[in-house]
Amino acid sequence: MKDFGVGIRKIGFLVLSILAGLFLWQMFTTFSQIPSFIFPKPIEVWDRLIIVLQDGSLMKHALITLQEVLFGLMLGLSAAIITGYFLAKSRIVERVLSPYIVASQSIPIVAIAPLLVIWLGPGIFSKILTSALIVFFPVLVNTVVGLKSVPRELYDLMRSLQANTWQRIIKLEIPAAMPVFLGGLRIGATLSVIGAVVGEFVGADKGLGFLVNVGRGLYDTALVFVAVFTIVLLSLGLYGSVIFIENRLLSWQKRNGD
Amino acid sequence: MNSANNHPLLEVKDLGVTFTDDKGSLQALNQISFSVDREQFICVVGPSGSGKSTLIRVLAGLLAPTSGEVVLDGIPINEPRQGVGIVFQKANLMPWRSVLRNITLPLEINHVPQNEANERASELIELVGLTGFEDWLPHDLSGGMLQRVAIARSLIQDPDLLLLDEPFGALDALTREKMGAELLRIWRVRKKTVIMITHDISEAVFLADRVLAISPQPGNLRLDLEINLERPRQEDDRFSPEFVVYTQQLRDAIR
Repeated sequence: MKDFGVGIRKIGFLVLSILAGLFLWQMFTTFSQIPSFIFPKPIEVWDRLIIVLQDGSLMKHALITLQEVLFGLMLGLSAAIITGYFLAKSRIVERVLSPYIVASQSIPIVAIAPLLVIWLGPGIFSKILTSALIVFFPVLVNTVVGLKSVPRELYDLMRSLQANTWQRIIKLEIPAAMPVFLGGLRIGATLSVIGAVVGEFVGADKGLGFLVNVGRGLYDTALVFVAVFTIVLLSLGLYGSVIFIENRLLSWQKRNGD
Repeated sequence: MNSANNHPLLEVKDLGVTFTDDKGSLQALNQISFSVDREQFICVVGPSGSGKSTLIRVLAGLLAPTSGEVVLDGIPINEPRQGVGIVFQKANLMPWRSVLRNITLPLEINHVPQNEANERASELIELVGLTGFEDWLPHDLSGGMLQRVAIARSLIQDPDLLLLDEPFGALDALTREKMGAELLRIWRVRKKTVIMITHDISEAVFLADRVLAISPQPGNLRLDLEINLERPRQEDDRFSPEFVVYTQQLRDAIR
């Protein structure tokens, strides 16, 4: 009951803040007299949105990006989880791999993206890979930290109960590392969209990043706005999904605090 | 039943444990020997750093001895095995599992069907006084209740030997006394062989048939003291002259 009221209030504030933002935007464009090919009014963006919705092009490009993002996430996550497990478990693996992993993080993704496009072509695969690359690091770090945070005493318990490796992973390590891991996934999920869009920027003929590029080239600034808002929406959707999963899996943590 | 019943359940022979690392070596236990009969309640006392916890880890099979051996029921202990229940210093529960699921964890690992596991757990939940708390999460329980869950978990596989590593160390004095009395009640019902580590001499005298006193660095067995107080023990026993003599003897031994 109380939660329901809090939910309504939250939504109320959200609507209010969006309306306030739109109002400020409208005011700014009206009074500053900036031409709309530089800074469009909200209503012009809205009209552009309706057009790209009706001709189906927004959906088409958004689905491409969504596809890249989801595959990128899956690839990045699997690679990060597997590497993370071995990093957390083996000193030797840690010593051999960590210089490369840290060094790879100092290279901005925009610098690697053109290489990937050259190697893999302008199709969807290069974008999946840029997305996977950017997802990899935060998830990896949180996987390692999560696994290292499993209490030693619980390992003793599992050993004393003669649990086998598989049981130890399923019943102890995965649930114990889950909170920290999901923290990494939150960051990874939002980054995955950035990765895919950066890839599209560098060379693509479809996707939301491509749409931004097209709009820029044509001075169709309203289209750029539409594409950018769609990207934001995609990010928020993914972020929300992770939060949803968190609430489901970590309900045992919820009770303390508030 | 079988000839094993004539032998002590547990025999510790010349047990020594030395930890070695880059900085050097530390002798935690030195030439410890004792044996324990079935259904005896043994307490091991000693100041911190006397290797008490090391001893229990060896008995649990979590740590291999450097020298000597530990024989349980005729078989040397080298690794964790069936028939030994352990209660750790911290309750050591999985915070994402309910009270019931924490207690049935050992059965789950041994692939006991869930119905049977629940049945066996509900008996123990009643024994340790947690009826009604089956679905609670560890966060929501007090320290004493957490240790009750841990005790129930250690008993669920009906072990011959129960090892307790300072199980009440983190509890306040009153709760500790209460849990001690509870433990005696459970022990009377379940008739286990118990070895309990504690740093509290009067707790040891109150609970045990025999108290072993270990001195620190290296851990030597200083005194193996038979406690001849009548059972069931009463709270008033703590003020009897014999009780005071026992505690005095133990105190002198580990000083």
